[in-house]
Amino acid sequence: MNDVIVKSITRIIVPFAEIYGIFIILHGHVSPGGGFSGGALIGTSLILYTLVFGIKKGEEKFSHRASEFAESGGIFLYVVIGLVGMIFAGTFLSNLSAGFPAGTPGKLLSAGMIPLLMIGIGIKVASTIITLFHILVEEEEEVHE
Amino acid sequence: MKKGLTTALFVILFIILVSQILIMPGDLGINSPSYNEVTYYYIQRAIQDTGANNIIAAILADYRGFDTLGETIVLFISTVAVASILKPVAKYEDEKKVNKHE
Amino acid sequence: MSKFLNLILDHMNYIGGIALFIIGLHTVVTHRNLIKKIMGINIMGTAIFLFFIAIGNVKDGLPPILNDLQDHLTFINPLPSVLILTGIVVVVSLTVYSLSLVIRIYQTYGTIDQEEIVAIQNEEQKND
Repeated sequence: MNDVIVKSITRIIVPFAEIYGIFIILHGHVSPGGGFSGGALIGTSLILYTLVFGIKKGEEKFSHRASEFAESGGIFLYVVIGLVGMIFAGTFLSNLSAGFPAGTPGKLLSAGMIPLLMIGIGIKVASTIITLFHILVEEEEEVHE
Repeated sequence: MKKGLTTALFVILFIILVSQILIMPGDLGINSPSYNEVTYYYIQRAIQDTGANNIIAAILADYRGFDTLGETIVLFISTVAVASILKPVAKYEDEKKVNKHE
Repeated sequence: MSKFLNLILDHMNYIGGIALFIIGLHTVVTHRNLIKKIMGINIMGTAIFLFFIAIGNVKDGLPPILNDLQDHLTFINPLPSVLILTGIVVVVSLTVYSLSLVIRIYQTYGTIDQEEIVAIQNEEQKND
């Protein structure tokens, strides 16, 4: 878009929206929110950046290679934490009986493995939203000879 | 004529469904049939078992963590399905022709 | 008469969910545009989520977050909300897949009107 107001307001808003999304993901076990809503917020703010500044600048921020790593990395983190639980306590995805620190309820570093799972879910959801948008929007290159 | 008939049929369907909804138990509060022992177990033992303040996050990630893993896999499958439909196929055929000529 | 009005006011959440479902079904059946049909399916899914979550509501109940560690507080039922989180993700991925199928249909037939697509398919079948 070639509008001055839209471009300057987008440049101001996108960093604050990203930080708020990361805040919601990390505080998933203390206040309402969690992995899904935080991941949707991060993905939507990057879609706003792509809509205003064009497809090429959007692909610089989140390239194909980064989306490959993020898509597989989210599920990989989840399964690795589950296997750690299986090695130490015998059942897949066990929380306090596998040695994760419990802490005091209400602080940021509490509840065992729940913040780590929320980070994995948040990365996965954000990457899914951005990748689907890029696939639906990009135009075909002419390869006919 | 056709549009009027369709709208009348849908209004009749709405009246039938609402007349059966009014039999359901209304605002009963704590004594409603869906507030059973499972809910009491989750509310009373969430902090003891997991150490999290948010009961919904504790249910989602600890008590029923396997369902969340399945849902993450569904997200992954949707990306693969969309990419398999919308990526161009002509590139692959042109590459085969180029490899044959060489 | 006032008893009947009280009955309807108690069940207002469920009646809203069913009204949304009927609106979505009417959209799928009546319109000819393919994208409006996909929107109708999405509306039907949202109506069912509203109906399911409204079952777990308790009047004057607090959101299920334990802050002060007091006893004898009435919380709402947290279980339907957790089950619906998974359902929302399934409906979103189905919508994305059907939208990509509509893109492919447009590239093949040149139109997204359902009756014109059926007419083109009948002509191709006659020519074979």
